[in-house]
Amino acid sequence: MISLAGRDILHAWGKFVFTGIGLGLLIGVTLTMAGVYRGMVDDARVLLDNSGADLWVVQQDTLGPYAESSSLYDDTWRRILGMDGVARAANITYLTMQVRRVAGQDPRDVRAMVVGVVPGGPGEPGQPGYLVAGRQITRGHYEAVADMASGFALGDRIRIRRNEYRVVGLSRRMVSSGGDPMVFIPLKDAQEAQFFKDNDAIVRQRARTAANPALNRPEVLQAVLASQSVNPFVNAVLVQIKPGFDPEAVAEPIRRWQRLTVYTRAQMEEILVAKLIATSARQIGMFLVILAIVSAAIVAFIIYTLTLGKIREIAVLKLIGTRNRTIAAMILQQALGLGLIGFVVGKVAATFWAPIFPKYVLLEPGDAARGFAAVMVICVLASVLAIRAALEVDPAEAIGG
Amino acid sequence: MRHDQGIRIEGLKKRYGAGDTAVDALKGVNMEVAPGEVVGLIGPSGSGKSTLLKCLGAVIEPSAGRMTLGGQVIYEDAWKLPDLRALRRDKIGFVFQAPYLIPFLDVTDNVALLPMLAGRPNNESRKRALELLDALDVGHRARAMPAQLSGGEQQRVAIARALVNRPPVILADEPTAPLDSERALTVIRILEEMAGQFATAIIVVTHDEKIIPTFKRIYTIRDGRTHEEAGEGRSVEGVKAQP
Repeated sequence: MISLAGRDILHAWGKFVFTGIGLGLLIGVTLTMAGVYRGMVDDARVLLDNSGADLWVVQQDTLGPYAESSSLYDDTWRRILGMDGVARAANITYLTMQVRRVAGQDPRDVRAMVVGVVPGGPGEPGQPGYLVAGRQITRGHYEAVADMASGFALGDRIRIRRNEYRVVGLSRRMVSSGGDPMVFIPLKDAQEAQFFKDNDAIVRQRARTAANPALNRPEVLQAVLASQSVNPFVNAVLVQIKPGFDPEAVAEPIRRWQRLTVYTRAQMEEILVAKLIATSARQIGMFLVILAIVSAAIVAFIIYTLTLGKIREIAVLKLIGTRNRTIAAMILQQALGLGLIGFVVGKVAATFWAPIFPKYVLLEPGDAARGFAAVMVICVLASVLAIRAALEVDPAEAIGG
Repeated sequence: MRHDQGIRIEGLKKRYGAGDTAVDALKGVNMEVAPGEVVGLIGPSGSGKSTLLKCLGAVIEPSAGRMTLGGQVIYEDAWKLPDLRALRRDKIGFVFQAPYLIPFLDVTDNVALLPMLAGRPNNESRKRALELLDALDVGHRARAMPAQLSGGEQQRVAIARALVNRPPVILADEPTAPLDSERALTVIRILEEMAGQFATAIIVVTHDEKIIPTFKRIYTIRDGRTHEEAGEGRSVEGVKAQP
């Protein structure tokens, strides 16, 4: 038996191909939306991977540096380093802000996560793991390592708050959980940038302090003003543990004795994926549902219209003894064929346009397989209406009268 | 004269609706067509021609009466053959006013589709289709699509499709309506030849006065009843020669 659906598709290939392309672009958008979600999850995991930490020590009762504001004194790392099972501990600060290229090609603002790290400590937790160009930060001030996604080049001068930094190294896939490229600068500069006040604000703060009778006393006022002019805080201490130690076993004494909150890798991943990007994931999920419904409606409409255009042929087929299941199979195969064309177009389109997106879009083969299965299921469901219309055709319509 | 292998109907009735609004479209129709015979069925609009054709084609069920086809009882009052779809596929050929060829199948597969639907192998079905197309003088268009054929060629392909399963009966519904006189008579000649060659009973429903003289027997249907009368039985060539 010949394939009636296949012959019909070959006969009206233009209609099927153009419809398939339209459907394919919609499927491409759907796959891309799934890729955006995967990219967000991957960005979160990359952030954790690139930090090189086994434990995140943060302010008590906070969710850590990525999800909430967290402040620790910058000498806390010394006490943590002395704890059992800790191999390395390093201060770190994170600050998402606009970074401006002031010299070099194309001066412009870039949204970036500025990370404060201890200079000269490659391999320490929090440091950029590997560079694709240039070198690590070696000086205590005014040097930066930028991720390639920022668009900065070696030798560029960038402005962070009031200071300028020279880009001495470039990293790759060092991004925040939101996909913003990271810019690493020396820790002291980052601390200053994080709490930096403009001159007017400093003058006003000094005036307010001086106006306080409790503080405006000889020697006291100078000490208070001096304490207000420095920032002794960092956002977290990243810890690497010694081989053979259980992360939870190392974390527990830090929680108990240092009165701090400590997260293991699994807990931090849970915070990032389940809490930080949960709303975005739900948003994307809603888009996926809507796109699936729109795709189903389009396939149903197209197949229904194509079927209505063949009512006379279907009546003749039924009159000459074609089984209902043969006619139903023809419509079903056409719907699946349309879905197949659409999926191929969508997959190719998504693969080509994904790298153009400003944030990372991760197209996973598993998602493509699930997408293909979903498209096929949608096509089956969408063909039901057309099959029903075809089965209701009276073979007597071929005779007329 | 009783023919077991042709088509015979006795006292066929068809009522649409019920109660006060019931309409008796057929009021006891009798008809008998022998294998190899071509008969005409004529009648004014609303006389019941289409209803009779649908009953004969096993598309609608009569309300009462008996019908046999090739010796097989199809309807007998309330009883009917269980699988009318297979009956239409294997034992009834249809030729319509318009050819109604399947536009996405080429000429060969339009004809070969019926045996394929009956489960015959594709090669065998196509071979049989090509033989018939050659016999009907359209073998040279075997690979063409229906849209590429002339009206006369399309009607020949439709006749080949009706004949391909060697059915005992062919129902032709106004087969010459869209054709000019010469082509119409050619179609009738082909039907007569095929009826003789394949021992097929052919019933031609027509309004076409040009072809009516070619029938040896004519059934006239009026107000749901048929009346048999002898036709002129003139040859196609004779009719063509008529000024």
